[in-house]
Order: sequence, then C-alpha cells, then structure tokens
Amino acid sequence: MFWDETIETIKPADLKNLQEKRLRETVTRCANVGFYKKKFSEAGISPSDIRSLDDLQKLPFTRKADLREGYPFGFLASPLRDIIRIHTTSGTTGKPTVVGYTAGDIDAWSELIARNLTMVGLTKDDVFQNMVNYGMFTGGLGFHYGAEKAGLVAVPSGTGNTKRQIELIQDFGVTAIHCTPSYGLHLAEAAAEMKMDLPSLKVGIFGAEPWSEKTRIELEEKLGVEAFDSYGMSELYGPGVAFECHEHNGLHIWHDSYYVEIIDPKTGENLGPGEQGELVVTPLTKEAMPLLRYRTGDITMIMDDECPCGRGPKLARFTGRSDDMLVIRGINVFPSQIEHVLLSIPEVGNHYMVYVDRVNHMDEMTIEVEVSRENFHGELADLRRVQNKVIKSLRDVLELRTTVQLVEPGSLPRFEGKAKRVVDRRGDN
Amino acid sequence: MSCEQYMIRQISLFSENKPGRLAAMAKACQEEDVNILAFSIAEADGFGVIRALVDKPDIAYEKLTSLGFNVAFTHVIAVEMKDEPGGLFEIASKLSEAGINIEYSYAFSGKKKAILILRVDQVEEAVRLLLQHKINLIASEAIY
Repeated sequence: MFWDETIETIKPADLKNLQEKRLRETVTRCANVGFYKKKFSEAGISPSDIRSLDDLQKLPFTRKADLREGYPFGFLASPLRDIIRIHTTSGTTGKPTVVGYTAGDIDAWSELIARNLTMVGLTKDDVFQNMVNYGMFTGGLGFHYGAEKAGLVAVPSGTGNTKRQIELIQDFGVTAIHCTPSYGLHLAEAAAEMKMDLPSLKVGIFGAEPWSEKTRIELEEKLGVEAFDSYGMSELYGPGVAFECHEHNGLHIWHDSYYVEIIDPKTGENLGPGEQGELVVTPLTKEAMPLLRYRTGDITMIMDDECPCGRGPKLARFTGRSDDMLVIRGINVFPSQIEHVLLSIPEVGNHYMVYVDRVNHMDEMTIEVEVSRENFHGELADLRRVQNKVIKSLRDVLELRTTVQLVEPGSLPRFEGKAKRVVDRRGDN
Repeated sequence: MSCEQYMIRQISLFSENKPGRLAAMAKACQEEDVNILAFSIAEADGFGVIRALVDKPDIAYEKLTSLGFNVAFTHVIAVEMKDEPGGLFEIASKLSEAGINIEYSYAFSGKKKAILILRVDQVEEAVRLLLQHKINLIASEAIY
C-alpha cells in the first residue's frame, strides 16, 4: 500500500532532478543562517555555486556540536513569526539542541509519517496507540500528527502506567502500537502478569533505540505483532526519516526529502553502496531549520539490492554509533553532558564512570562520582544532599532518572589519552 | 564558663560501603599507635561515614588523609551517663526540654560509667545546660 505512490516509486532520473531543485532551495534558505553564511565565505563559495548534487561535496559537514553554538535560535532560517512549533533534543553538553518547525515543516513531516504508516499496512480502520513521550521529544507529537494525517484513530497515551496502557489496548481494540523496543518487551511481560492477551494487536512500530533481530523475534512472539523498525532524529524533523516495509530487510529512507551520503567517519570520504559508514543527511524540504551534510553519527550502509516493494534504495539496519552517544530508554545521552553537569557541582570531582545495564528490559544508568576533598565536612546528611543534587541536576539536563554512587576521591580510573568512561553491559539487544 | 574544653574533635571519614574500608582505616590507626576510644558507622545508599574518637586525632587525620581518605573533624560532646535504667532518659529529656536536637549519637559502656557521644545542633547550649544539671562531661584533654 502506498500513501503517495508517485513520489514513493519515483524514477531515478526524476528523483535526481527533484533532489537538485530542492537542494538549491535548501542552500538558499541556509544563506539566512549565520553559521552557514560563515561556512560559505570560509569555503569561498556563494550559495549560487551549489547547482548539482555533486556540488554538495564543496560544502563542509554540519556536526551536532555546531548546533550548540546556535542555542537557542541561531540555526533558524525563518523568523519566529513563521515558526509554529519547537522541539528539543539532547545537546552534546548542557544545553539542548533546538529544532523549529514552520507550518510547512509540520505538514511535510506528517506526510512522511503517513507514508510509513501506510507502508506497514495501516489504514483509517486502525487504532494506533502512541506510547512515547508527548513533550519536547519528537516521537509523541510527530507520530500523532502523522497518524491523524493518515486518518488512523490516534490514542495519545504517552509513557508510563503500563497497566492503564494495557487496558486501553484492550478496551479500544488497538491494532497498532508505537514505543521503544524495550518498553514493548516490558509491556508484553506486564500483560502476561495481568493474564491479559492482546488479540487486537497486529502492528508494532519500534524506534528511538537500536534493536536486534533477536529482539524482533521476542517482540513478535510475545505481543503477537509484526514488528517494524523506525528511524529518525529531531534534527531531521523527528521519527519517520526511514522505516521498514514488509520485507523487513533494511529501512526505506525518503530520498525526495533526505539526500543521503555514507562517509568514512575518520576521513570524511564518500563510500559507495554496500560499504558501511556514517550516515550524513542533507534534508531537502526543511524550512525552519535547514541543514547541510548533517553528520548523524549513526552507522549504516546503502543497500545494493532493489526492494520488491518498489520503493527506493534502503539503509541497512543501524548497528552503532561513530561517536560516544548512548541511547538510554530511548533518550540520547552524551557522556559530555554528564561531565558538564558534574563541573557545575563543586561538592563532587570531575572524574566519573558510567555503567549501563538492562534490568527487566529497561535500561538503567549508574554514575560513579568522587566526593571532593575540599567540600567534605564529615556529615552524612551533607553527602546525601550532594547525592540528591547530582541526581536532580542530571535529571534536569538528561531528562532521565539515574543512580548516582558517591565514591572516595582518587578511586576512579584516570585516563591518559582517550578516556573510556562508559561501560555498557546491555549485551546484544 | 568556657565550653571549648568540652568540645571533642571526632574524626569523620567518608567511605564507600564495601569490604576492607574499615580494616584499612583501623590498620592505619594501629600503625600510628592511635587508640580508637569509640566509633560508629552511619550508612546511606552505597556509602557511609565512619566516626571515631581517638587519642591522637591530628596524627590520625594526617595518616588517613595521606592514604587518600576523605577526612574531616566534627565537634561532639561526650557525656557521662549512669549505667542504669533511666540513665539515657535523664540526658535526652534535658536536651529535649531545651529544644536542642541530637543529630546523631553513639554510646559505649566503660568500666565505671557509660559514655554517650552526642552530635547536637547547639553545642555550647548543650554543654552549659548539662553542666548546670550536674551531669559530667568528658573534657577533650582527658581523651587526647
């Protein structure tokens, strides 16, 4: 099933023309952004020099860390009067990355989600329960608007209260759910404990964190759904950038909306189909916050083979990161954010270790931090206050509950050269 | 009246809650010939504070710090308590009537008397009050 068959099955030559036209428009919009103005002049080019897809190579990459410099509105190419929504996502340090949307952006984004939902077989007759955060995170409102656009019955149940989620699925005859794969497993176990089976379910959309084929089998068996992988990131609108079709062999990225390059993360050189590297995306329709050659940090490759469904080249399922970003319960965490928080708390040192475990299918993050010698006055109550202060500050910045362990000064490892402060013990999931 | 002489410097030591930390601290004291007169451990989530009264607090402080321990001095008072029913009540009730809060406390039975170590929120007031009621306090010079 197609939502927009013409564009979803566009011929390569027509696609190239469309991409080049949209690239030129994107570059023109970028000329309104101080960061890109500077980059253009440093590279000695004017926006009108970028005519073809090959010209893109003349432009430098945009990195996540660059976006930090623009906080809050420095990367917006449209005046605030044309912006109708703002989302945020984790920055590399204390401040989040701000993403703005025009009315056109919200519409284009919803169209992409509608394509995905239709591709996996959902229609106006389906009831869709969206079990992700409806706040600043793009997964909630993004899927919600797309589901409404496609005419589904959207159930904005958000996160938490698993018992209620299960009751809603049962009472409303929910046919499709969207959540993180770990929450999906948690949901299945909770339903089993409640002795409730969920016979109405047929489609499960799982995203915001990478998951394995082993997890797919578990999700499909325990929930009785066909499981689809969903990929996206706030900087590229949000979820909906790339999605599995019924073939379950790679994700269709929407080439009319995203120009894809795969690069060697070390050298920045372009890699061909079948070669694994970092995904670099130039969004082609974004109005409020256009980006050029955005380094996603995600490792994948363009697949050689044509998909029987008739849509364009696919990306292989994502296998890892080119940087040190962690995904904890679907939330992106950079170790540099933790360091930034600790720097602002004099009662603890700046050395730290992060341990990530999976307990009952849920990610748990433990941070060890040293008590500072200078700020220790001998009282247990003070230490408890320090512990709570660190937990609260981390929660404010990461939007994540963590466990904080106070340890003795000098007891954490010191690193020469590249520090290995993160120990991920989650296994293959 | 000077309350100073009744303010006793207690050693407070931050420790992770794991095997070997108390032994390491005790070994250090032994090596420096420091006698531990009283001690207690207060524990929280994964860590704790070891509190001790010792006969050579400065030497202990220096040694423990040199071993990497996080050490601080805290002022406590040591009260002689009748080792019989009502002994603790006598002291606790006096403090409570005066609105003085005991933040923490530990005790030991000596040869003649029981000794109650108190960390209170108003140290001078507590010392004055207990002396007025003819309750014996241990002076710091009797300890170190």
